[in-house]
Amino acid sequence: MERIPILRMGRALLVTIQVDLQDQVALALQDDLSSMIERTGANGVLIDISALEIVDSFVGRMLASISGIASVLDATVVVVGMQPAVAITLVELGLSLQGVRTALNVERGMAMLAADDRNQID
Amino acid sequence: MKQENAVFDQVLKTSPEEFVKDWMAEVSASGGSLGSSALTLQNDARELLEALRSAIAADADLGHLDDAPWAKTRAVLTALSQSRAAQGAGAADTSQFVMAFKRPLFIGLQKHLAADPKAAFDAAWVGSRLVDRLAQFTATIYQRTREEVINRQQAELLELSTPVVKLWEGVLAVPMIGTLDSSRTQLVMESLLTRIVETGSELAIIDITGVPTVDTLVAQHLLKTVTAIRLMGADCIISGIRPQIAQTIVHLGIDLQGITTKATLADALQLAMKKAGWSVTRVAKA
Repeated sequence: MERIPILRMGRALLVTIQVDLQDQVALALQDDLSSMIERTGANGVLIDISALEIVDSFVGRMLASISGIASVLDATVVVVGMQPAVAITLVELGLSLQGVRTALNVERGMAMLAADDRNQID
Repeated sequence: MKQENAVFDQVLKTSPEEFVKDWMAEVSASGGSLGSSALTLQNDARELLEALRSAIAADADLGHLDDAPWAKTRAVLTALSQSRAAQGAGAADTSQFVMAFKRPLFIGLQKHLAADPKAAFDAAWVGSRLVDRLAQFTATIYQRTREEVINRQQAELLELSTPVVKLWEGVLAVPMIGTLDSSRTQLVMESLLTRIVETGSELAIIDITGVPTVDTLVAQHLLKTVTAIRLMGADCIISGIRPQIAQTIVHLGIDLQGITTKATLADALQLAMKKAGWSVTRVAKA
């Protein structure tokens, strides 16, 4: 089964989803990501879904639950690069992903995490 | 040839010019000539008469206008009602033109079957039904043409009324005009989200000054748009909420919590610039 790579960038983790998410892959990602956060002590996770064209309610819920798991482990999740069609689909499915932070692209997402970092130190 | 067709064939063949003259007299007497010149009416009448004659000569079934022999008649009537609809003539005027056909037809039947009242009556009944069908067909085509016009205008209006404009670096605005229904919300949402991706704007302002009423459904559509924008990673401000609409929103108990709202587009732009770190100062004139 294919796995989605999780890259480490400083104190943040970067997950780039470039394939259509099968349910099994999504569950594996959830597992991998939580153990990776625990291992690395990362305080931020960027999930780049700019290549994701199709979502269903399962993937939407998975994004929300990953965000929830990460916040329990004291890491902020930022979902970046959502396509318009995906955003409309999620809204029509009634998934507003309350509590999940979003940014337009990876760069902005990184800036957002860096700003959070600074605020915590202050 | 069927017996009834033979009678009609005779009537239509005898003196076409006389026939058209009677017809036109009836049309103008009933006021159906409004909006068209006498010449066009006459030409239309001759064309229709010719089409009817060829259909009857081909022994068409007088009860079934959908049959193949009527194709030419249908084409003539279609062209007629389409051009009337395009000229803005009323539905009554358009069908009146066809209904007026009855009079010369009955006169002709009377002449031909004067010796046999029963046959004349039967023929009149068949002829009356035929003309009614023709008129119905004309009215249907007329209505369909008008509906096409309305649909086209609706589509045009939809495209016209949802421009996405760039107000400032990283700030987009959509001035909404007209009632918000689901198809328009969809269109606005799609064009706005696409523009957000294209321009990398972090803030979108939806101005609803031009939205006449806000009810729960409209509010729900607005909420959907705002949520979609947020999912993309941008922020949204709703501006142009008029006092009456603000009252309606509160009375209906619509929850706009979590959405930034401003009274005017200017206020919204000010907030947007402040968020992005811009400030505007007035330079004293020398």
